[in-house]
Amino acid sequence: MTEVESHSYDVVVVGAGGAGLRAAIEAREQGMRTAIICKSLFGKAHTVMAEGGIAASMGNVNSDDNWQTHFRDTMRGGKFLNHWRMAELHALEAPDRVWELETWGALFDRTKDGRISQRNFGGHEYPRLAHVGDRTGLELIRTLQQKVVSLQQEDFKEFGDHEARIRVFQEYTVTRVLKADERVSGVFGYQRESGRFFAMEAPSVILATGGIGKSFKVTSNSWEYTGDGHALALLAGATLMNMEFVQFHPTGMVWPPSVKGILVTESVRGDGGVLRNSDGKRFMFDYIPDVFKEKYAESEAEGDRWYTDQANNRRPPELLPRDEVARAINSEVKAGRGTPHGGVYLDVSTRLPAEEIRRRLPSMHHQFMELADVDITAEPMEVGPTCHYVMGGVEVDPDTASSSVPGLYAVGEVAGGMHGSNRLGGNSLSDLLVFGRRAGLHAALHAASLTERPALDQAQITAAAAEAVAPFEGAEGDEPVENPYTVHQELQRSMNTLVGIIRREGEMREALERLSALRERAERAVVEGHRQFNPGWHLALDLRNMLLVSECIARSALERTESRGGHTREDHPAMDSAWRKVNLICSLAEKPTPEAQITLQHKANPPIRTDLLELFETDELKKYLTADELPSAEVPTPRTTTDAPTGAEQ
Amino acid sequence: MANFRVWRGDASGGEIKDFKVEVNEGEVVLDIVHRLQATQAPDLAVRWNCKAGKCGSCSAEINGRPRLMCMTRMSTLPPDEPVTLTPLRAFPVQRDLVTDVSFNYTKAREIPAFVPPADLKPGEYRMQQEDVNRSQEFRKCIECFLCQDTCHVVRDHEENKPAFAGPRFLMRMAELDMHPLDAAEESGLDRKKSAQEDHGLGMCNITKCCTEVCPEHIKITDNALIPLKERAADRKYDPLVWLGAKIGLRGRG
Repeated sequence: MTEVESHSYDVVVVGAGGAGLRAAIEAREQGMRTAIICKSLFGKAHTVMAEGGIAASMGNVNSDDNWQTHFRDTMRGGKFLNHWRMAELHALEAPDRVWELETWGALFDRTKDGRISQRNFGGHEYPRLAHVGDRTGLELIRTLQQKVVSLQQEDFKEFGDHEARIRVFQEYTVTRVLKADERVSGVFGYQRESGRFFAMEAPSVILATGGIGKSFKVTSNSWEYTGDGHALALLAGATLMNMEFVQFHPTGMVWPPSVKGILVTESVRGDGGVLRNSDGKRFMFDYIPDVFKEKYAESEAEGDRWYTDQANNRRPPELLPRDEVARAINSEVKAGRGTPHGGVYLDVSTRLPAEEIRRRLPSMHHQFMELADVDITAEPMEVGPTCHYVMGGVEVDPDTASSSVPGLYAVGEVAGGMHGSNRLGGNSLSDLLVFGRRAGLHAALHAASLTERPALDQAQITAAAAEAVAPFEGAEGDEPVENPYTVHQELQRSMNTLVGIIRREGEMREALERLSALRERAERAVVEGHRQFNPGWHLALDLRNMLLVSECIARSALERTESRGGHTREDHPAMDSAWRKVNLICSLAEKPTPEAQITLQHKANPPIRTDLLELFETDELKKYLTADELPSAEVPTPRTTTDAPTGAEQ
Repeated sequence: MANFRVWRGDASGGEIKDFKVEVNEGEVVLDIVHRLQATQAPDLAVRWNCKAGKCGSCSAEINGRPRLMCMTRMSTLPPDEPVTLTPLRAFPVQRDLVTDVSFNYTKAREIPAFVPPADLKPGEYRMQQEDVNRSQEFRKCIECFLCQDTCHVVRDHEENKPAFAGPRFLMRMAELDMHPLDAAEESGLDRKKSAQEDHGLGMCNITKCCTEVCPEHIKITDNALIPLKERAADRKYDPLVWLGAKIGLRGRG
């Protein structure tokens, strides 16, 4: 029988980015024995790539800011598809989560009066992003990593063992969530270095695995973003929601080819950078959609004044939500007004003194200098859209982050609902912290509440091990074998061209056919060598996850016949209020066929609580809601206090 | 086309293998490694993540020099010479270009954590930008461990490893020591003394090799290690400090 290393924990966290670490810290502080499993080395998670900041309405730079304003901006950014309760909790709790980081050693940039500085960002009404230059994600990861270490130091003092109550299993990959009687019983996977298998018994498993970008050719995401948590959740019987919403960040590098897709932070625009086409025109003024007309400047002069006088001017349209800017760039390039390498110009060199650019945007300066021979203090950058973030994800309870499977939680990018159809910049890092803490807390409560722990099932472990070694065994009979790298590249090309930033029915049908063919080929993928640190083998196993998630995206995108946020249908260009009430739910098909592994269902988006609706003008709500959803004028309005409402009322 | 000479093997031994591989405009060394994986050596082991110099995963020795593969453009290497890739020399090989860097995680655990001030609640922290600039410079560190690899105190001296934290973690001590609100002293912890006595600060003889390889251009020696040495020395040798400590005028000596 296959040798399997075994462990037992109260809470297992899969993923060591911001969400996973925050969840693990909470679970450990609740007294649970906690394991963190990550595919890379500890401290390398994709969160380090986050540049701009953490959105939290602390009001340090503009004291008019508050959680209600942050809530409003988040709902507008997501075109009201967001789960209102998640958006509410997020806006309410984000400031506490940021301040807490300071007590763990984080060093944010400061205001003149010594508080945490906050910067402007797309879609945020006030300067709201706590930041450290343009390397905020690194600061977040390092702070959480060092907090984990400090907890380990406490345990060493108390028990003589650093790993008594929290241990990091680095370079481990989870391939299956295990279950007993419909409840979570643990996880199965392999060690990347040795290729050895492990099984971890645990009543609570938190998925914090990030996103899906590696299914697309042009992406800002690292190799880790293969949709593992999305697929693990599906395979464990949980559901995914609204997977059609994929954010293409408007500004990725476009040249040289080897760096195509690497992110150029939105802070460039937040700090004054402007977008121009090849005619030198600031084209964003032509792309302000009706729903945002009153909130954005009509002229360059007004937009420029806004940086110094926000009370009397409206923001420049370069700071529209990301979906709007990405579509605008796409249109300019298509109309033949792009740069030589198929992007547009992003210029900060004529807007700020060189010294100021180096101070505010040090890693952008470094990145362009080293990788593209471009000095951003002297010349414009060339940028274009890049697959950046998936708004869709595991369907969770807003308060507890629990999926429909008892004991299985999801948090961060792998969870759905919070960001609706489009995420605002800066709302990701705060999402990780707010819901990371909540997931850790509720996973701990769940583990502690059990009188009997679900046992690991040997048959599931044997099956998972067989699944994992299959790529070494080759194709059956004389079927042709496949190279996993080739299958992956074809998947990326198909998703990029057929289910990308602008979508059409025929192309998505073609994508589904291709996905079916690629799945059949992936089953014939064969890897060379042995199990010790073998990237070809790792990729062959990741293909299962990418193909499942890609089918969810394509199937949901085909179903939703409207355009909203990160889902643009050329054949259905308008936003449709009736569709706002619909969440598209993916689950694993009961009887999977070669054509369809996934079943798609419509589910009602819960109505927004009345006091939250009343934070908006009725005229604005009319742009998003159907007539029967609008708050009626006759009904007396309840509270508008700043107290945290308790529990869901509807 | 380029000639790539890549070390392949594991803990039991290995050798340089030669590859001929296509190179396109603008590519970095990591692109070439990925092309080798996709076309000639699918099981070639390498660590990488962000491919933008932000995560510090793809450290290796390129023509004998510790560097990030994602930030080394092919156009900066001599065009007619082979490119030699070997794993970091200061750490045990696991496979191919992947080494066991657990030394660094062990050292990280030995550095006492930030001590929050007892009298400040979350949200009450006030610090001036000029007072956090220096510690922020050190927090730019992406933990690529190139400085740990190149430092001659441990590069070919396994015997020094237990007593020496290495530049990255001595810099971490300097970062905490310069943090305006760190309350280590109030809690009875002297970071300078600890750097000197527990973490081998004295073994560093400021040859600046660490600074030279730092991809973040952090002035590790000038801004972290030398000032930390000076502060430790003040405590240790300054008779006035010693006397002050004795008669209770200043914190613990």
